[in-house]
Amino acid sequence: MTQDFRLAKGGRIDREKPLRFLFDGHAYDGFAGDTLASALLANGIHLVARSFKYHRPRGIYGLGVEEPNALVETGIGAAIEPNARATTVELSDGLIANSQNRWPSLRFDLGAVADLASPLLSAGFYYKTFMGPGNAWKLYEWMIRRAAGVGRAPEQPDPDRYEHSFAHCDVLVVGAGPAGLAAALAAGRAGARVMLVDEQVEPGGQLLNTAYTINGRPATDWVADATAELDRMDEVRRLQRTLALGVYDHGYVACVERAVPVPEGRTRWRERMWHVRAKEIVVASGAIERPLIHDGNDRPGTMLASAARAYANRYGVAVGKRAVVFANNDDAYRTALDLADSGIEVAGILDLRHDLTGAMPALAREKGLRVLAGHAVVGTRGRTRLKAVEAAPVDDPSNRQIIECDLLAVSGGWNPALHLYAHAGGKASYDAALAAFVPGSSPERMTVAGSAAGEFALAHCLSGGARAGVEAAKRAGFSATQPALVLEAPEPNADTRVGPLSAPNRGGKRFIDLHNDVTEKDLRLAAQEGYRSVEHAKRYTTMGMGPDQGKTGNILGLNVLSDALGQAVPQVGTTTFRPPYHPVSFGALAGREVHDLFLPTRKTPMDSWHEENGALFEPVGQWRRAKAYPKPGESLHAAAEREVKAARESVGLFDASTLGKIDVRGPGAAQFLDRIYCNTFSTLKPGNARYGLMLGEDGMVKDDGVTARLGPDHFHLTTTTGGAASVYVWLEDWLQTEWLDLEVYLTSVTEQWAVATLSGPKARQVLGPLTDVDLSTAAFPFMAFREGRVANIPARIFRVSFSGDLSYEINVPARHGLALWQALMESGRPHGITPYGTEALHILRAEKGYIVVGHETDGTITPHDLGYGGMVSTKKDFLGRRSLGRAGMTGPDRKHLVGLLSKDPARVLPMGAQILERPTEARPAPMIGHVSSSYMSPTMKRGIAMALIKNGRERLGQTVYLPLLDGPTVAAEIVSPVFYDPENARRDG
Amino acid sequence: MKRYSFVQLLRNAIGLGDGWQQAWRSPEPKPSYDVVIVGGGGHGLATAYYLAKNHGVRNVAVLEKGWIGGGNTGRNTTVVRSNYLWDESAAIYEHSLKLWEGLTQELNFNVMFSQRNLVMLAHTEHEMIEASRRVHANRLNGIDAEIWSREQTLAFIPILNKSMNIRYPVMGGSAQPRAGIARHDAVAWGFARGADALGVDIIQNCEVIGVRREGSRIVGLDTTRGAIDAKKVAFVAAGHSSVLASLAGFRLPIESHPLQAMVSEPIKPVLDTVVMSGAVHAYVSQSDKGELVMGAGIDAFNSYAQRGSLPILEDLASAMVELFPIVSRLKILRSWGGIVDVCPDASPIIGRTPVDGLFINCGWGTGGFKATPGSGWVLADTIANDRPHALAAPFSMERFASGRLIDEHGAAAVAH
Repeated sequence: MTQDFRLAKGGRIDREKPLRFLFDGHAYDGFAGDTLASALLANGIHLVARSFKYHRPRGIYGLGVEEPNALVETGIGAAIEPNARATTVELSDGLIANSQNRWPSLRFDLGAVADLASPLLSAGFYYKTFMGPGNAWKLYEWMIRRAAGVGRAPEQPDPDRYEHSFAHCDVLVVGAGPAGLAAALAAGRAGARVMLVDEQVEPGGQLLNTAYTINGRPATDWVADATAELDRMDEVRRLQRTLALGVYDHGYVACVERAVPVPEGRTRWRERMWHVRAKEIVVASGAIERPLIHDGNDRPGTMLASAARAYANRYGVAVGKRAVVFANNDDAYRTALDLADSGIEVAGILDLRHDLTGAMPALAREKGLRVLAGHAVVGTRGRTRLKAVEAAPVDDPSNRQIIECDLLAVSGGWNPALHLYAHAGGKASYDAALAAFVPGSSPERMTVAGSAAGEFALAHCLSGGARAGVEAAKRAGFSATQPALVLEAPEPNADTRVGPLSAPNRGGKRFIDLHNDVTEKDLRLAAQEGYRSVEHAKRYTTMGMGPDQGKTGNILGLNVLSDALGQAVPQVGTTTFRPPYHPVSFGALAGREVHDLFLPTRKTPMDSWHEENGALFEPVGQWRRAKAYPKPGESLHAAAEREVKAARESVGLFDASTLGKIDVRGPGAAQFLDRIYCNTFSTLKPGNARYGLMLGEDGMVKDDGVTARLGPDHFHLTTTTGGAASVYVWLEDWLQTEWLDLEVYLTSVTEQWAVATLSGPKARQVLGPLTDVDLSTAAFPFMAFREGRVANIPARIFRVSFSGDLSYEINVPARHGLALWQALMESGRPHGITPYGTEALHILRAEKGYIVVGHETDGTITPHDLGYGGMVSTKKDFLGRRSLGRAGMTGPDRKHLVGLLSKDPARVLPMGAQILERPTEARPAPMIGHVSSSYMSPTMKRGIAMALIKNGRERLGQTVYLPLLDGPTVAAEIVSPVFYDPENARRDG
Repeated sequence: MKRYSFVQLLRNAIGLGDGWQQAWRSPEPKPSYDVVIVGGGGHGLATAYYLAKNHGVRNVAVLEKGWIGGGNTGRNTTVVRSNYLWDESAAIYEHSLKLWEGLTQELNFNVMFSQRNLVMLAHTEHEMIEASRRVHANRLNGIDAEIWSREQTLAFIPILNKSMNIRYPVMGGSAQPRAGIARHDAVAWGFARGADALGVDIIQNCEVIGVRREGSRIVGLDTTRGAIDAKKVAFVAAGHSSVLASLAGFRLPIESHPLQAMVSEPIKPVLDTVVMSGAVHAYVSQSDKGELVMGAGIDAFNSYAQRGSLPILEDLASAMVELFPIVSRLKILRSWGGIVDVCPDASPIIGRTPVDGLFINCGWGTGGFKATPGSGWVLADTIANDRPHALAAPFSMERFASGRLIDEHGAAAVAH
């Protein structure tokens, strides 16, 4: 299709590079430099969407991120992007775009019946109905949900990649319009490290959109000069296509950069998040034009005046053949003049103001344009495209005249883009002359300049921007002695005041929020019903809650509320701007922390051996651990049983490298551990190890592990696998914030040591030939620690046991872990050494009645509850001691750790099953405890379980009942939790 | 109170109605009330409603510093469930859930309580065991709860990441079919309208700046709109509980943290239930408008400013992409923060305070929304009868002295 609405000349598009694209299946042509919106408009396409609630036909309305209507789907298959703004999509060859939220077609959309029912669907109607009968809401909701939503999600995972980058700078300038460029130049000339981020494809901001001159030359020349100068500065980094999304504390600004489209389609990354830490931020984010309230103000062909002139100036597109400009301010005359200069017929300028004395109306009249003071649009005609407007004097609205036109360019003045300012905690004040919020006091590290500061005249943007750049550089520590820019822009005294925001009401639909279909009537209803706070009115009507977040409409809404409530706008207040300024993809926020890099799996140094030997893995904390090593055809249970038997009868080998390890050193180390653990470590002799229990301040068991004393002031502390990080942070927290009297140094060494545990009666025979350490019981008893060499590797050996059998935990530097493992396997071969995994480990320890933190504890269990009361020192203070003295920490209501034997030995009680005193109980049933661990024990040849039961130690021998989920209630007997070798003969021998 | 109905809506639509009344009045504060509730969030408004409705105490004011429902009521992710582990928690949340089930009709205001099921994913064997423990306990407490296999879970939530070759594959989960979400603003407005109709004064833009006592007894409050006498006062001001307590001269075992949430742009339905994941760390549902509504953990620092830090949101986004790979190209529309008051045992405080005549309801941490009607119900009863309601009794402040904590940390898969 030919580009009928492309102007013969002008614009910043590259007419040498035609691009072909598809919209709703039709092929169109555009040029490089077009947006999807400008290319559609060049082809005469205005109707691109249906509205959210009433499915009214909607056209392209704006120019950029403020766009409330033109949400389309781009891409196909996995590369679908729903709700893309046609106004921000760069045109590329082969681009595929489709309209959304319509059926069967954009032109004929059955959803539009909602428009007929609109009197019923007033603000908040859903709060007043759909209440019955019974559970009918489910049905209503089903229908509402299908009607709602806008775009559709892709059905496949995203093929694209997203990056995260981090940067520091002295001065971050947001926006490369006149103010931002001037600020960046001033700060850059002062020597500051400057970052200039701008959401557009090229710098210039409004200077690209409007035919301004600076120093007598086209403003775009100045932009080119300024950009060239910035690009010559070593300390200046300029990012286009980069949108500042949010400002966080201490000068932290999140920005997202779009990739430059490439002809082949796929870029190396699609979007890149910049995390910028700036000493100073200059917000030169410009202003967003707002429309006016009038009947029929959503007709396709209606557009923000500034957008209409930008499409002409920047993209060489005539948005219509015959335009009407409807405004309340002088700036809109620039639109009329630019449109006229482009060869578009301007049928008239309707100005709500009666008294037009400014230079701009005079200029327009001088150029022969028809200016109607005190006039308004009181209606529009056409359905999917504007055909005419009804114009009438403000004071006599029934005295209508029909003006045929296919473009209605509206301007209600400008709203400074104060989003970033608000994120930083800035409090805006209302300027009634501008009918806009402008910055009040500046938040720390931030200056607002140019239109964003409510200084709309070009001369003010340039001088204000330069001033802001100098000030920011100075505050960042640079002496900015450069003279401010001396520039001559036209009309330094331009009148930026605005007239009324509203045309006379003739009973038509008057939209405030185009996306969410919120009308003036809705807002008045909200006020009438008592939703007087602007936040209530917003939430009741959904004004400003759509994808555009009310960028164009909110001020209009505030003025309606102000009128309805008889309060001044500042009293009505404004809603809070929240990040992001413009919607950002999940992908960009997530960056590379997806797929394999989402919480990367931690692997032990012996992991490759496990993998090669058929290990079945399970995630434990951040690690993957071998759960068992099933032989071909062997089930997990059979494998675990075989592994347990080996560890009991001959020897097993276990990879314990994941245990948390903390190196504790310093003159205060022993005292520190005494405070941390409920038992005493200062009495531990070097060369010995002790099992310790750490309690929280609430007296509950927090973590456990064996800690060895390597020297007088040096300990090797171990934690559970899952608790390694949290325990380390907990210890540092106490040291750094509470116990400044202790000189102790903590180092996390979890990954520095590989640990292999030999366990079983033949453990000594396996280790003996490999080491120079005397392994005899006399020389190396249970709970001792020795240093020596194992397989010629320097090693720390702990004689501890988590299986209840003779056991050595051999620690070697991590890089030797695999070699140690292989040496032990080799040495153990004659003894039938068997590697065992976590499943066997759990069975072994449960047979012995050893606890696992997280199974037998859940943050509500004390040492006494576990039967470990003897460990609790009465001679010293420690974390949790005071809490242990509270009334609720003792007595018959406490749960005790006990063993539980199902009456049926073949039954393994499910972990988590709850325990009752009687076989049947009414609901809610009094539960006295639960099964914390439960396994089929190969050693005991029956199911065994550990349980936490109220007053359990006093109930030994009692029968209790476990109602299973969707199963029978089974009986079990309470017994001691130690099933295997209660005398410890095997462990200590 | 003029009742809402479809007929009313129709009459107004065709011009036969006589217009809509205001949902609640905006009266000037009276010099004195029998009960003053400080805090016009869901809990405070519910307390006032049930005081008037269940106990006939109608000379009641609700004082709100800003606009009603503007604190955590209007900032949460609207999850309603009762599948808590401990008996005390299960009892009060289930009581609340039962009230939710009739709340729309009770208030004649559609709070859009959507019982769309809630699935807590389990990604490890340990999480499956925890789920089993909770579900066993829930069943015995009379709460609907189910253990789901991996296949069941994936079939119910088709957009879940089905790969086994990921960090935390879905192993299964637990479900509560009666759980779901509700329209948060509507809860505040519905209770406000209901309370107002029963005579309660709802006074917005009224901040408490002082507590007036005679001896050990509270007699009134100083506010930005003047002094107000009160026979009894209840502080129901999540996010600022400690501040109010200090005005009254006592301390609370509470830390205040920012908790953030975010929503995506509206899309057509892709998620018909509520999903929570502890290991991957996110919870999400899709609103009736089509937005994905998400949250994760608290910001670690203490703050009263209702905003959090960026890394929390980035982690949430990666968790979402990990759980639901199709969301990557969707866009996040808005993020926000609220302030949650967290007790050491992650359970609330409901009941009397060291000051006679002063009651408190606070410390709901990240999970207060679901308790709104139940919390109001038991606090109203506690205030009216000057003794803890049976369901509130375990949640007294004294538990921190006695050690009879109700620790939901280990029990809740994710802090919500």
